Amino acid sequence: MTVYVLDQNRALDFYTNKLGFRVVTDVPMGKDVRWLTVSPPQQPGLEIVLSPVSTAMFKQETVDVMTDLVRKGTFGVAVLTCDDIYATYEEMTAKGVEFTKAPKKEFYGTEAIFKDDSGNWFSLAQLT
Amino acid sequence: MTGLQYPRMYLYRRLVQAKLFIDQHYAEPIDLDCIADEAYFSKFHFIKQFKAIYQQTPHQYLKNVRMEKAKLLLQGGATVSDTCYAVGFESISSFSNLFKRANGVTPSAYLQQHQSLKAQIAATPLAYIPGCFAEKYGWFPKQQF
Repeated sequence: MTVYVLDQNRALDFYTNKLGFRVVTDVPMGKDVRWLTVSPPQQPGLEIVLSPVSTAMFKQETVDVMTDLVRKGTFGVAVLTCDDIYATYEEMTAKGVEFTKAPKKEFYGTEAIFKDDSGNWFSLAQLT
Repeated sequence: MTGLQYPRMYLYRRLVQAKLFIDQHYAEPIDLDCIADEAYFSKFHFIKQFKAIYQQTPHQYLKNVRMEKAKLLLQGGATVSDTCYAVGFESISSFSNLFKRANGVTPSAYLQQHQSLKAQIAATPLAYIPGCFAEKYGWFPKQQF
């Protein structure tokens, strides 16, 4: 799964230090670009590519459009599940993660929504 | 409000603060009695509540945090002795034994594995990137047919 991020170093800090993900692969590929993948420790099979929206990868006009869309929170990336949503919510909030929806009971479980440091949003869910 | 009533939410907040305290102070000699006091719990109640949320006791969690931090330091190329002291152990032999029990390899073998992996990545980076991405991003020469 690919997540387009606006700054790879900042995204690395967010996904490892705030979400607790682990780095799976980190391969430098020239100036300012690296092949960087992370994975949630409880779900090691899910490898997320943190792909930079950069002119090293795309044309400038594409970068401008993608930057605008990512920043606006256009892209919902995935549903991440956890064992205890209230504890996870409290911890992520304490670490400064921005939630746009606090945990709320839905017909499929309890769900909250947060944004990464670029603007991509994720559903955080306890599916019980 | 987050859907939980006040006392339960307050309990969560105190337990999360205790966990974050361990996350930040894992390298120091942590007294779990003090954490329980800080969180306004009896030690027994603290351990029980912590385990209910995190499926491990605070002591097990501290040990796991130290092991994870040790792995990160070794991956970054730190020596075994520097790593041992940096994650709060006072004896290299007890650190090495615990590390091997947790990870199946000694810290020095783990360090060596990662040094060798780093060298391989530096020598052949494209061997670690799926071809479809490498081609799309212009890192991989297109095949000529």
